[in-house]
Amino acid sequence: MKRFLAWADHRTGVKKLTEEALYENVPGGSRWRYVWGSTLTFALAVQFITGIFLWMGYSPSAQTAWESVFYIQNEMFGGWLLRGIHHFTAQLMTVLLVLHLMQVVVDGAYKAPREVNFWFGLILLILTLALSLTGYLLPWDQKGFWATKVSTNILGITPVVGPLLQKLVIGGTDYGHLTLTRFFALHAGVLPASIVLLVIGHIYLFRRHGITPKQPLRKWDEPFWPEQVLKDAVACLAVLAAVLFLILRPRLFAAGAPMGAELGAPADPSEAFSAARPEWYFLFLFQFLKYFPGQTEIVGALIIPSLLMGVVFLMPFLGQWKLGHRFNVGFLFVMLAGAGMLTYLAKAQDRNDPDYQAAVREASVSAERAQFLASTKGVPSSGALTLLKNDPFTQGPRLFSKNCASCHRYGGTDGMGGIVKDPQSASDLKGFASKEWIAGLLDANRISTTNYFGGTKFADSKMAKFVKKEFSSLTPEKRAQLEKVIAALAAEGTDIPSGGATNQVDTFAEGRRLIASPEMRCTECHQFHKTDEEANGPDLTGWGSHEWIVGMISDPTHARFYGKRSDRMPAFAKQQILDAREIGLLAEWLRSPTPDPRFPAN
Amino acid sequence: MSEEVKPNPPAPERRSFLKEAAIMAIGGVATLVPLGAGIAVLLDPLRRNVNGGSKIRVTSLDALPKDGTPRKFPILASRTDAWNKYPDAPVGAVYLRRTPDGKIQALNVVCPHAGCFVDFRENTKNFFCPCHNSSFAVDGKIDDPKSPSPRAMDELQVEVKGSDVWVRFENFQTGRADKIPA
Repeated sequence: MKRFLAWADHRTGVKKLTEEALYENVPGGSRWRYVWGSTLTFALAVQFITGIFLWMGYSPSAQTAWESVFYIQNEMFGGWLLRGIHHFTAQLMTVLLVLHLMQVVVDGAYKAPREVNFWFGLILLILTLALSLTGYLLPWDQKGFWATKVSTNILGITPVVGPLLQKLVIGGTDYGHLTLTRFFALHAGVLPASIVLLVIGHIYLFRRHGITPKQPLRKWDEPFWPEQVLKDAVACLAVLAAVLFLILRPRLFAAGAPMGAELGAPADPSEAFSAARPEWYFLFLFQFLKYFPGQTEIVGALIIPSLLMGVVFLMPFLGQWKLGHRFNVGFLFVMLAGAGMLTYLAKAQDRNDPDYQAAVREASVSAERAQFLASTKGVPSSGALTLLKNDPFTQGPRLFSKNCASCHRYGGTDGMGGIVKDPQSASDLKGFASKEWIAGLLDANRISTTNYFGGTKFADSKMAKFVKKEFSSLTPEKRAQLEKVIAALAAEGTDIPSGGATNQVDTFAEGRRLIASPEMRCTECHQFHKTDEEANGPDLTGWGSHEWIVGMISDPTHARFYGKRSDRMPAFAKQQILDAREIGLLAEWLRSPTPDPRFPAN
Repeated sequence: MSEEVKPNPPAPERRSFLKEAAIMAIGGVATLVPLGAGIAVLLDPLRRNVNGGSKIRVTSLDALPKDGTPRKFPILASRTDAWNKYPDAPVGAVYLRRTPDGKIQALNVVCPHAGCFVDFRENTKNFFCPCHNSSFAVDGKIDDPKSPSPRAMDELQVEVKGSDVWVRFENFQTGRADKIPA
């Protein structure tokens, strides 16, 4: 070993280099306040290591980016940990950068002869933020997609070159494959390479001028090794511990919660995403922009931040002025306090905004649903978004809230858990065509409430009058009959009659006989498994089945449903409000007895 | 040049062994955690099971030439490619032929030498690999001692159900004399 070292040293001078690196003098001895630079180098190294391994599983295109990240996160062994480390180290790096900057400014380490190194540091700060910004898009989830759309639009308002620059960055006018390949090349190639070069320069310049000791010196000088290295190592370990805590945090508070970095639903350019927010460390800019009315956005987005950054760049010169150092320190703290205040305001406003909170809930349900579908069904080559687009439990509530909830309700809500401002003027469709729902419809006390016919013109219809008269007081015998009718009617909408237990089948058969019998009087108005030209109530044949609901939504004025007597409900297919696929999804969602084992709607 | 005069480091004290050990331990942990997570992900494919080995209906008996000439058929099966699932994707191909004793023989088209697809040559009535010139007789055996292939073409299990030909489709490791599922 010794011989090898001697051999290697003779050819490379590695021994001298190591000694120079380790025995650098630390005036006044090692101190905790000097650790920030080392923690940043450590964080950078962690990002390189984890980034390269993530690279091995990542595929940058609009149909594979989310999918490959999903695969890393959920299917690959240790993937959640790897991605978690990369994600949260990036977040902590921002914090460490600010701490490092504060230490440098407070200790006056920006002053001559260290100006150039100060600027190197500032450029590194900007490049690191650029890494965060580009990395945020790569999973191609709703959050990253919409946040990037906003940030590139801001780039687009730069005078003269803005639109051109924006087009170049996103690789065209639309966000897609080229946006991802470009962002990825920046994120994993251009930016890290620039950072490596600058860090080498930064460390070289730092070593050239030595540490800026905090005055007054408290102890004798010490070499860098081992005292300062030990402090640095402990600080790096603390950074890692913080990262691991952030990764495991969800699990600490709820068993089974997903660990590691969040992955939203796949990016959907056609679906508005009201939960769009930048990463927390850009929230101050986000909030700042709210104060600039139309056309003055550029002031808040570009001019003021550039001016502030400009002042920071000039700090070495400002520092030469008698009160310059105090100004610099004061300026930095005021700026950071301002950013902190804006961040707080952004958070506080979001916390008190029920619409935003609902959007966040919806986003997390969609995200979980997308991952659930991707792991159970596998992703088609058209991408995971197709899974959500064809998923009744995702599209049903959305379609309901957009098209139905102005009159109908779903469990008292708009289908997505939101409260509707307009008064309810048609039935509540949660559990439609289930036994419970029918029992309510055929209840003398409930048929004319708003949850059934109350808000419609059928509130006082023949049917309502019939139910109120016939079913207000029931003999036990009649009640038993009614229960059979209800069971049979509920079964019309499902395929239970053919597959149920024998006694059930008997009940249904008896129920069906009763529906058709003169004593129950249903067929006086309704058609039931037999053509009846005079029937003017909705057809009870297959009532509540998928096919029946599709027909009803498509055209309630069809003779099979309400005919000319139909109330305000639009003929969604006939009037081309919804297409067949959408109506199918809506019907499927409405008809599912329990919407989904993992995601009971609302 | 810096104007400051750097004081010489004080003569190194007796360095504390404990401190150095602590640095090594902490440095080790701090490096191993991200590295370990990365290596776990890197090695993930080793945990995956072999695709294939399932019985697949390939064609009907009528499609096989009566004179025993091999005919190539694609194998369509559900295929999982990392996150993607394809219900009916081509996963390989086989040559099927009627043997003189009335049975059906199935040969994987993959050359056992280096994995190229082998062609059947009508004029010489043998299989020939376009990559390194391995050649095989119509029954898949090596027909030329100079052939680079280390073994005969890989025969697959065939089952005839009614008029349908089913094959248990498998790929094998290339470049070795024994047949080991890939």
